Formats: sequence, C-alpha cells, structure tokens
Amino acid sequence: MRRLILALTLLLPSMAFAASGGLERLSADNDIMDKASLQAGAKLFVNYCMGCHSAQYVRFQRIGKDLGLSEEELKQNLMFSAEKVGETMTIAMDNDDAERWFGVMPPDLSVIARARGTDWLYTYMLTFYLDPSRPMGVNNLVFKDVGMPHVLWERQGWQKPVYKTVTDDKGNTHQVVIGVDLVDKTDEAKAKADQYKKDVRDLVNFLEYIGEPAKLERHRLGWKVILFLVIFLGFAYVLKKEYWRDVH
Amino acid sequence: MNKILTASLEWVDTRFPLTKLWNEHMAQYYAPKNFNVWYYFGSLALLMLVLQIATGIFLAVNYKPDAALAFGSVEYIMRDVEYGWLIRYMHSTGGSFFFIVVYLHMFRALMYGSYRKPRELLWIIGMFIYLALMAESFFGYLLPWGQMSYWGAQVIISLFGAIPYVGEDLAVWIRGDYVIADATLNRFFVYHVVLVPLILLALAAAHIIALHEVGSNNPDGIEIKKNKDPKTGIPKDGIPFHPYYTVKDIVGVVVFLIIFSLVIFYAPKMGGYFIEDNNFLPADPMKTPEHIAPLWYFTPFYAILRAVPDKLLGVVAMGASIGVLFFLPWLDRSPVKSIRYKGWIFKLALTLFVISFFGLCYLGMQAPTPTKTAFTQLFSVIYFAFFLLMPWYSKIDKTKPVPERVTD
Repeated sequence: MRRLILALTLLLPSMAFAASGGLERLSADNDIMDKASLQAGAKLFVNYCMGCHSAQYVRFQRIGKDLGLSEEELKQNLMFSAEKVGETMTIAMDNDDAERWFGVMPPDLSVIARARGTDWLYTYMLTFYLDPSRPMGVNNLVFKDVGMPHVLWERQGWQKPVYKTVTDDKGNTHQVVIGVDLVDKTDEAKAKADQYKKDVRDLVNFLEYIGEPAKLERHRLGWKVILFLVIFLGFAYVLKKEYWRDVH
Repeated sequence: MNKILTASLEWVDTRFPLTKLWNEHMAQYYAPKNFNVWYYFGSLALLMLVLQIATGIFLAVNYKPDAALAFGSVEYIMRDVEYGWLIRYMHSTGGSFFFIVVYLHMFRALMYGSYRKPRELLWIIGMFIYLALMAESFFGYLLPWGQMSYWGAQVIISLFGAIPYVGEDLAVWIRGDYVIADATLNRFFVYHVVLVPLILLALAAAHIIALHEVGSNNPDGIEIKKNKDPKTGIPKDGIPFHPYYTVKDIVGVVVFLIIFSLVIFYAPKMGGYFIEDNNFLPADPMKTPEHIAPLWYFTPFYAILRAVPDKLLGVVAMGASIGVLFFLPWLDRSPVKSIRYKGWIFKLALTLFVISFFGLCYLGMQAPTPTKTAFTQLFSVIYFAFFLLMPWYSKIDKTKPVPERVTD
C-alpha cells in the first residue's frame, strides 16, 4: 500500500516551492518510525536548539508517549527548565534580547519541518561555512546571510566555502559559493564530520516528528480504514447488482 | 408494530407532506436509467457539503478566530484534541476534493449539455453554488493564519482596489483595517462558518428542487419525459431514484471515500497542493513571501488575471472568465445536447478548453516568466474563445441524429 502511494505521489510534478535556492539539496533520508533516532534527536534539540528556539506547541508528555520515555526519563534527559510533563517546550529568551543578539527572534520550531521540508533542514544544518563578513562569522549555503551562528560547530568542525567563477550576461565575472569543504582534513576530523551527519539526521528526524506527531498515528490507522472501505465496497457492489437485475 | 408505524405516518402526513416529499424526490422521482460514471459527482458534491459542515463544526469548537491565537489553535487541534488531526485533514482535504467533484460535475454538464433548455435555471443556480463555494474556500483559507493564508488574502482583496474611484475604500471596508488584521480574521471566520454555509445550503436545496422539477439529463441528452408509458404516465426510460440510484450512489461514495482516505492518511499536504508548505509559517505582515499563489482550484482564474498586463483589465478578465459560464445555456446553439451526437468541431473545442483549463491551473501556480506568460495568454484566449465562438461553431457543427430512446 505504502509503495503504491509513494508511486502516486512521485507521479505528481514537483512543486514550484522546491525550486528556490538552485543548489543541490541533500537527502535527509530519515525515518520517524526509528525511536532511537528520535530520542537522540530530542536530546540534541533540548541541548543545542532550545537555548534560543522554542517548540511551543509540543508537550513533553506527548514526546514521552510517542518515543517510549517514562516521566522520569523525560525529566532527567529532556526537561531542564520545565517542571511538569504537561508543559510545552517554551524558552525564556524574550523578543527584545533576541533581536539585539541575532537581529531577529529565532523562529519557533514546532512545525519548521512542515514548512521547510526535512531535506532542506538537513542541508541547512550541514552547510554552514566560515564567512568573516557575517556578524556570527558564518554563512549558509541554503539560507544566505542567516542570523544564526553555527551552534553545532564543535560537533562538525569548521567548513570553508568552495568558489566557482561565473560570468553574468553583462560579461562581469564574480565568485559564487557552490559548496563547502572541511577546513581540517585529518581522518579524525572526517570521522567527526561523518558522525555529525548522523546527528543531524536524528535532529531532523525529531523535527519532522514534532512537526506532526499525528503522522505516526495516521499511518497506523489509515490502512485499517481503507481495508474496511474495500470490504464495504464489495457488499455495496453486490447490493447494487442485485437491485439492478431488473433494469434493462 | 407495523400498525403503529402506519398510523404515525398518517398522523404526520395530515400535518406535513412527508410521504409526498419522499415520493417526489426519491421513490417516485424517475431518473434516466442510463447514467454513467459522470453522474456520481452530483451526489458526491452533496456528500462533500455535509462532510465539510460536519467536520467544520468540530473544528470551530476548538478554533480561535484571533490573530494572536489562530495559528496556535490549529496546532492545538492537530496535537491535543483527540482525533483533531483527522477532523482537520478531512476538512482541509475536503476543501480540495469538493472542488475536484464540482469541477467534474460541471464538466459532465458541458459534455452532455445539461445546461440546455429546460435546465438553464438549474445551471445558473449551480453557478451560484460554485461562486458561493469559492467565497467559502477563500474565507476559510485565511483561518489557519499562516503566511499563505495572510498573503493570499492580501493579494485577492487588493484586487478590489483596482476598481476605479471606490476600490481602495471598498478594500478597506472588506478588511475592516488597512491591512489584513485581527478584524479581517474575525469577520472572515463569521462568513466562513455562518453566512456562506447558509447561502450554500439554501442554494443546494434550490438546485435539487429545480433538478427534480425539470428532471435529470442523461448521457444521450434525450428528454425521457417525452416518451411516457400511456397507462402509468411514467417515463419508459426512467427508473425510481430510490432504490436504484441510492444503491448505485453508495458504490460511488465508497470508491470516493477510498481515494479520499488515501490522501487524508498518507498525503494530507498532497505535496503542497492541498496544504501549502508556507502555510506552516505563522502569518507575518512584515515578511512578504517570495512567491504567492492561491490554492490550485483558483489558479486558472488567477492565471487569467496575470495574463492581462493592466491590473483593472486583468480583474475584469478574471471576473468575465467566471461570468461567461452563466451565459452558457444561450451560447450553445447546437440542435443536440450531448457530445455523443455533436460533431468534431465541438469535440475539438472541448478538448482545447480542457487543455487550456489545466494549463492555466498549472501556470497560475508558477512564478511568471516571459514564456510562461505567453502560454498563459494563449490558454486564456482559448478559454474565452470556447465560450464566445460557441454560438457560431455549435451552429455549423455537423451533428448526428438523436435516437428516440436512451442507449446503454
């Protein structure tokens, strides 16, 4: 069933929204059924993201229920400022401070995966590069001049931009960033960067999950509803046939 | 037991025409026996109306029409309300499916000439339903208070600003503010849940009453009332709506619900066609999205609007593209109703029209480029030509003789 739906979805032409940016999008390839990955992502989220970003529509209790964490585990691993499991993932930073520090209030991340898509988020988290012209010292391939610092740089290591010289229609040449490359190329650094990719995959997985916790549920419920309807269709068809026997 | 029931029914019937209504509209309403698959979409449209109202009531219970709370209340429904996500997806998917069903229903009328005499008024009432449906969906789309809700409404309302002299004042009057704001959200909520549904229900009732007065058309475009059994007075090609078409329509309903469920459970966003990605960003009056497009069911008309370089003329063209449909019964001069007996000219015209409609639908979603605009203009011309040249080409088109009785 799922394969059929996938095929149907693929048949649709891709949307206009996907076209902006022009750079190759990396594939997040995450799986919201993978609870270990979701748990790892949750931990990264509360440790690194929730300093500045809220997820104000997400309740800890719901995360516990869906990710198989007890109330104790929730409190020890995910809840640092919240006291009750019924609370949502809010933060203490206020708007004015945020604007002074970053120029803009960091957006709430409850439904960011639904707005941006997981591939975009994955690419975004992997393509911060050093750019001394920016206030935070970094720029981003898919989100140009973003106000966010590279919070996870310790886990990835710094990256530098890869340039390409292009000529525009007026004949002027200038350099554009077409990719990123690790500054430190030792095996150790490469291994760290690879581990970081896995971390980002977990994080993006968690973001997709909090974007729509009901997704786990609807995939479970859907085929049952459809199975019922298919069986009902058999009866409805036989009933119709019986009634219509005398129509010529 | 049976006696009590019969007595009760008699008691009611002397005070309210229950049996009479049942017979007139169900048990003794004779519909042509040769309905094909295209005839499911009438009952499906009614199903969608009921479904949208039912799910809408559940949503309205938890929704907050307040600029500060609206976006969050939708997420509350999606997360904290039991099965809120299901109700919400049924409603959001239902919006798109309602239009799919109505477009197919209208296309059926185009193919089989269901708008022709004596069904002109039936067609016009149907067109008013279509207009009301567009208004309903436009008002409803503001309510999630996402970026596309906000900026889509901003673009559409600003179109009123193109009207000379009164335009700007009119736009302010509609919004209740100089920009889309809390006042707009509040009134749109009221229009969406009270005003337009009332109009829709009244029009739907009128549509059915008008249909049952003139009788249903059929794929052959033959008036079955012209050929009645002399003894009983029942059309020879007619069968009682109930039970024949009730049991048949149940099959249609179930097939429809299977497709509907596939979308609800496995692709509720439909890749951005049914729920746009940007609508998961809360409305922000300070940040205009790069690309604003209405939902797919409006894009053909939005494309026509953009095809005209002048804003006011564009608005006029967009209005005309819908308005011209009202005159369809008098534009068609063909001696036959159904496409089955019409000639190649009409078949070609209808094919080109369908291609243009899909083309406009697609182009209306895209950011304009010179090539795309050229195609939009071409399709717009074909769209209008289909209607405006119809009095001429439908007259000279070579038709086939129509049989006395319906075919299978």
